[in-house]
Amino acid sequence: MANADLVLAERAVREKGHIARNTAALLAAVPIGLILFFLLLPTLIVIPMSVGTSPYIEFPPRGLTFKWYEAYFSDPDWMAATWFSFRIAVATTFTATVIGTLAAVALIRGRLPAKEYLQALTLAPLIVPHIVIAVSLYLFFAPLGLVGNFYGFVIAHSMLAVPYVVITVSAALQRFDPNLELAALNCGATRLQAFFHIVLPNIRPGVAAGAVFAFLASFDEATVAFFISGIEGKTITRKMFEDIDFNLTPVIAAVSTVLTLVSLVLMSRIEIARRRSDHGRRE
Amino acid sequence: MRAKPLAGSPFGGRPTSAQEYGPGLSLLLVTPLVLLLVGGFLYPVGKLFWGSVFVPEATFANYARILQEPLFLLVLCRTFEIAFVVTALALLLGYPVAMAMARVSGRTAMLIAACVLIPLWTSVLVRSYAWIVLLQRNGVVNNALIETGLTGTPLRLLYTQGAVIAAMTQVLLPFMILPIYSVVRNIPDDFVRAARNLGAGSLQAFFRVTLPLSLPGVTAGVLITFILSLGFYITPALVGGPGTLMMSTLIGQQTTELLDWPFAGALAAVLLAATLLLVIVFRRALALNKGFKLG
Repeated sequence: MANADLVLAERAVREKGHIARNTAALLAAVPIGLILFFLLLPTLIVIPMSVGTSPYIEFPPRGLTFKWYEAYFSDPDWMAATWFSFRIAVATTFTATVIGTLAAVALIRGRLPAKEYLQALTLAPLIVPHIVIAVSLYLFFAPLGLVGNFYGFVIAHSMLAVPYVVITVSAALQRFDPNLELAALNCGATRLQAFFHIVLPNIRPGVAAGAVFAFLASFDEATVAFFISGIEGKTITRKMFEDIDFNLTPVIAAVSTVLTLVSLVLMSRIEIARRRSDHGRRE
Repeated sequence: MRAKPLAGSPFGGRPTSAQEYGPGLSLLLVTPLVLLLVGGFLYPVGKLFWGSVFVPEATFANYARILQEPLFLLVLCRTFEIAFVVTALALLLGYPVAMAMARVSGRTAMLIAACVLIPLWTSVLVRSYAWIVLLQRNGVVNNALIETGLTGTPLRLLYTQGAVIAAMTQVLLPFMILPIYSVVRNIPDDFVRAARNLGAGSLQAFFRVTLPLSLPGVTAGVLITFILSLGFYITPALVGGPGTLMMSTLIGQQTTELLDWPFAGALAAVLLAATLLLVIVFRRALALNKGFKLG
């Protein structure tokens, strides 16, 4: 009897709790909605602006036009900057992914002196303010003729991007069972064969994620690019920075939209892949 | 057999040599990274700092100048002030979002996650540009203010300290939300339920259970946001004006306009010292975020 009373009483309390929680949830939803609006608005506002007809930046836009995209794609300066950025990003992706993957293997699986210091050094470019790196690189590159230079950019951006690759590949390596590699070695594979046939396929998602981060770390990078760009060799971000300061037209909104779409498409692919592998592991 | 997290860790027993790469091979694998980081990072940064003391001759005059000239001292104070306000605002706005993100499930959770991740993935340059569009003289905010009759003439919003703070808060908010979320998500629901069963009200349960348990995430979020705000360049350079110079924009100005390398080096050294000091003092709190993917 007492037991049944207790059950009833508990249910009553729980229901009361439910009502209170629902009211609280509703009350919380409004400010949280406003905060999310504050987060999202400045990110997405450039998209409607890029299709407005007015030559001045205005919102909400009047009329629908793609002339700013046409202007972007037919302007040789914008195209040169875009192509320059793209070439740098591709080369950076390759360099940073190869260097970062090799280093991650050594850092996770290898016997190395002063490993902690190496790990700290690897993460340093993420912590040190980019303005410090930018000014330092400008000072270093200028006398070497590497300002506005493709190779100068690849060195700078690879250095900025390589920590992302080391982080993602290290995480994948920590999940990889080294006994699989041992089995391959016991079956007569060489280290190199075991790496390419056993280790690499298993850590591929980590390597792929690192490569995407590296591409975006280069393509979207603005601070260092602002300082080490030249009059000829100029990235899309440097060109944007200049135009925002001197020539604020809706073409910048069109360029921004293109940059945003590139980032969102690449990152959401990584996020979807990550969620899928998370689910696979849980089940 | 489960994979060992780290072959050769003290808990894994003696690793077989086949599971671990030898020192020679390891060194070979890590050499390109070391070359890249030394050549592209350590040497150039070291050279800048060297120049701030030894060019043209050994002197600490550049550092003394920061402390002696009121303008530079003002910039130093303003940098910390802005970083502090941005961090406080981000915490105030970010904490409820992180809580909501951890508590809801299904479609709502996806929606909130998208609202947090999409800005994180968008270029800082694009977002700073969007803030110019929002805050300029005939921008979105001014138009809205005039239409609702809150003001007769457009207000000067852009190039003010308020603009820098608003834009930096928006840009850095995801860095506050994600560490808090990753901690709050792992607090078992049972804890709050137990507190409620023992007679705590929902506010009491929050302040005595959830809030203390979420503190590691808060510490990490606050540190990351503060460190990033201290050295932020793009947003203050675009949204701020001469009256809102920060350490980063002052370094940029000294480099590109005044060509005063040694002084720019001294300013950069001060900024880096402040950053490193925070990282070293709080490295434990930051290590919490090691597995957390950086955007």
